[in-house]
Amino acid sequence: MTERSEGINKHSTSGHSSDEGGLMTAVAETDLARHFEHTIERDQRIEPRDWMPEAYRATMIRQIAQHAHSEIIGMQPEGDWITRAPSLRRKAILLAKVQDEAGHGLYLYSAAETLGVDRADLTTRLIERRQKYSSIFNYPTPAYADVGVIGWLVDGAAICNQVPLCRSSYGPYARAMIRICKEESFHQRQGYELLMTMMRGTDAQRAMVQDAVDRWWWPSLMMFGPPDQDSPNTARSMAWKVKRHTNDELRQRFVDMTVPQAEALGVTLPDPDLRWNPERGHHDFGPIDWDEFKRVLRGDGPCNAERIDRRRRAHEEGAWVREAAAAHAAKRRTP
Amino acid sequence: MNDLYEVFVRGKRGLNHVHVGSLHASDDEMALRNARDLYTRRNEGVSIWVVKASHITASSPDEKDPFFAPSADKVYRHPTFYDIPDDVPHM
Ligand SMILES: [Fe+2]
Ligand SMILES: [Fe+2]
Repeated sequence: MTERSEGINKHSTSGHSSDEGGLMTAVAETDLARHFEHTIERDQRIEPRDWMPEAYRATMIRQIAQHAHSEIIGMQPEGDWITRAPSLRRKAILLAKVQDEAGHGLYLYSAAETLGVDRADLTTRLIERRQKYSSIFNYPTPAYADVGVIGWLVDGAAICNQVPLCRSSYGPYARAMIRICKEESFHQRQGYELLMTMMRGTDAQRAMVQDAVDRWWWPSLMMFGPPDQDSPNTARSMAWKVKRHTNDELRQRFVDMTVPQAEALGVTLPDPDLRWNPERGHHDFGPIDWDEFKRVLRGDGPCNAERIDRRRRAHEEGAWVREAAAAHAAKRRTP
Repeated sequence: MNDLYEVFVRGKRGLNHVHVGSLHASDDEMALRNARDLYTRRNEGVSIWVVKASHITASSPDEKDPFFAPSADKVYRHPTFYDIPDDVPHM
């Protein structure tokens, strides 16, 4: 059992805490549920020490942990280019960007802990593949242009997903998302600027950008999750206001935002069916390979094993640092 | 790194410290350094407090009825409680 964040130390005045669970009658539970629903209906936030249905707590833990893991694993594909960046300027930018992603992971583990889980435990669950992370980070980054395309498309898709989450009904998650969204805009812009620079370069550089776009476009669209008809939890998540738009709505928004950016950059998005539909007022686009999505999510993507293996090694090889810090603190406590 | 710390940041001079999140550290000094790296990478603060979560005693948001009741029944604490004629200036 772990301490919960946001001051879980109990104050002695009544209140609805879980250790009274044994005495709680069914009637009281209904009252609490009504109060919870009422809070959400009025667009108020649920805070850590509030009563909440166990399913809500479990959903939030799963969602926040997966999100945190994605930020942490997401450092790897780009991190490989830090030592190979073509200039000191690009190296400094990439280093700052990757450090931000580490920060995002930590904000989110912090939010998850307010729900009564321990972050060391979440790391274990990631390493043991008992919890997932975004499928996008299981693709390789063989070229430097991948750094730019990740910033533009992957961080761009993440922004689309994350902006509505700033209004998530769970307070600590919504607040973490506000911090994260503020930082994401730098991520997207540095990527796009990198690509603009390459597009002004040689034919080989332009070809490298186009190749990266070809490889990342479809996986980026998959970041929004399965189509609405195959997303059975969407309705409940929308009712709880932990999700504000459906997967397909957000995907459409991303496509509409990205098409003019691709034009301005001078690259072609690899979809022959992509065209403006004046009746819908949106771009139509071709079918997504959901079998690939499922394969990658199951663990059979190009880099799944490598990503987890590296995370495990970092954790194990860092053990002596954690032990040394604990020993140092213990020594200072005993005068 | 086993202690959970809550982090509070003073955004700029003249403002209160505001809670921004938490982190793990093995002692106070490490908590402060980690807080700087984690929560103030872009000039978000001029001062940081870190405090062990176990040292915080908190009320629950839902306790507002009984717990904050004493503050609700003292209307005379608010300036609008007092009738002052409109023609009295600067009041
Ligand atoms: Fe991020
Ligand atoms: Fe990012």
